[in-house]
Parts: sequence; C-alpha cells; structure tokens
Amino acid sequence: MPTIVVEVMPKAELLDPAGKAVAAALHRLGHSAIGDVRIGKRFELHVSGEVDAELLASVQQLAADMLSNGVIEDVVSVHGSGTGVRSNGVAGETR
Amino acid sequence: MRIGVVTFPGSLDDRDAMRAIRLAGGEPVALWHGTHDLDGVEAIVLPGGFSYGDYLRCGAIAARSPIMAEVIDAANNGVPVLGICNGFQILVEAQLLPGGLIRNDHGSFIRRNQRLRVESTDSVFTSGFEQGQEITIPLKNGEGGFIADDETLDRLEGEGLVAFRYLDVNPNGSLRDIAGLRNERGNVVGLMPHPEHAVEPGFGPDTSDAMRSGVDGLTFFTSVLQQSVLK
Repeated sequence: MPTIVVEVMPKAELLDPAGKAVAAALHRLGHSAIGDVRIGKRFELHVSGEVDAELLASVQQLAADMLSNGVIEDVVSVHGSGTGVRSNGVAGETR
Repeated sequence: MRIGVVTFPGSLDDRDAMRAIRLAGGEPVALWHGTHDLDGVEAIVLPGGFSYGDYLRCGAIAARSPIMAEVIDAANNGVPVLGICNGFQILVEAQLLPGGLIRNDHGSFIRRNQRLRVESTDSVFTSGFEQGQEITIPLKNGEGGFIADDETLDRLEGEGLVAFRYLDVNPNGSLRDIAGLRNERGNVVGLMPHPEHAVEPGFGPDTSDAMRSGVDGLTFFTSVLQQSVLK
C-alpha cells in the first residue's frame, strides 16, 4: 500500500532530554566521534490510491495541525515513500 | 454549582477531582470524553492522568476527542475550565492556553509537595487566594516543562497571565518557573501541580501544624463555587 512518511523533530533550540541521555550513553561506550543526539518521530501513513501532490498537501496540513505541535516541534519532511513524490515548502527536505 | 469532570481513556485523577469538588461544597458531574454532552454543567475540570497513554504528545489526542469541541466552545463563552497536569497539557494542545509542555529537563518523573506562589488572583479558580500567597500542593509529572518563545513569555508576564510560579526549586525546567497560567478572560486556568490532592486534612501535604494537614488546593474549588454566588 502506498505510504506517506512524515518526520517531526523537536525544535533545535529546545533541550531534548531523551536525545541527551542517548548521547551520554554513547559517549560512555567510547563513541567519541558522536556529538549531540536528537530524537524525533517518523509517521508512516498508509493510504489508498495514488500519492499525488494534492494528497501530500493535505497530509502536510495534517502534519502541521495534529502530528506536530508548532510550539515545540518542526515538521522536517513529508514525502511519499518510494514514489519520488514530495510535498513542496517543507524545510530541511534534503534526502 | 454542578461542576463536570471529564474522564478520558487514561485519566487517573478524575475521581479525586470529583471528591475535591464535593468537599468544597459543589456537585461533581462525571462527563465522558466520547460524547458531545456537557450535561448542563456550569464549570469543567480536565483532570490529571495519562490520556491516550501520552501517545503522540501529552494531551494531544485528548484535545481532539469529541467532548473537547463542546469544552472549547464553553471556554470561549466564559465557562470556567480548570486543567490539572494532563488537563493543563490538554488545554495547551487545544490552544486554550499558550505554550507547550515537554519532558522534564532532568529526564525523570518527579513527585513532591511543591511550594508555589499565586501570581494572579484574577481568575475564577484563584480569586479566593491573596496576591502573592504561598501555597503547597502535590506535583507529579514526567512532562511538565513549560516552554514558549520569548515574545509569548513576555506577553504572559506583561498581561499578568502567569497564575502560579514554582518556589524553592524548579522541578521540571519550566521557563521562568511557570507552574500555571490563566487566560485573558480569567475563566480558563491550567497548572501542572495537583490542587485536588490537597483538599482534606489527613490526606494533604505536611504543614508546620501537622502531618498531611495541607488543604491549600481547596481554594481552587471554593473560588469557582463563589462565582455562582456572585452571578
């Protein structure tokens, strides 16, 4: 089934205690090349029918309204998995 | 006065809130998240707990449950609404109060009897306090760190919308030690600590007078009951 992937990250300026705990554990294990770690969320929305620009735009809206809280998080990516179709206007969409 | 307490899947302190209302002299009314029925109540409490297992974000799914459409309408029409802990998170997710609540900065769940300063008595749940009064009520949360951007924080301070501030220690990394907020109209109040757990001698926080004798939380409920007398 076609899938739309939404990725949400805590805002960069906010403390991410979970990421910090993981970073501390990695440092304890000797992974000195790793600096900060931040933990975000990935949603996989299974959809019926084709993933087109219209559907992606509606998911983009959903991502802003419900899947993320703009006070504490940023939506960093909304894209169709394996389709090459991407929503426009999403910051940090580099893959 | 009939005061509704909404139970969501995962609410924990709904019955404690109902008990607090009863001890203050009100009539508690059980409300269910899955309905659109406020049962004609004159005030609403969103209780503490872990609605929907804190999935997505604390309070995020509860804020979009059926009854919240009516709660949001009622709040916008001036009906008193108190959000305690998870209830505060729900109010923030419903955008009835600004800002956000994130994981405690130290990463751990915390439970302590917390001293607070009442920063605003201009709300229906704080009118019975004195400005600057120091109270002690239990606090218990894992994601109680209040955050907002500087502009919002300055506006909250400037307009006197900070209702409660942490004293002694900041238990969760909340910016500017903010423990609770009120809205502009003064009918919506949200806070992380739990007034409903400090309403009956023998079951509250310790005081200098006696063990577990603290009942500072009762004033939240007697304040709102006083509103119906004033009407």
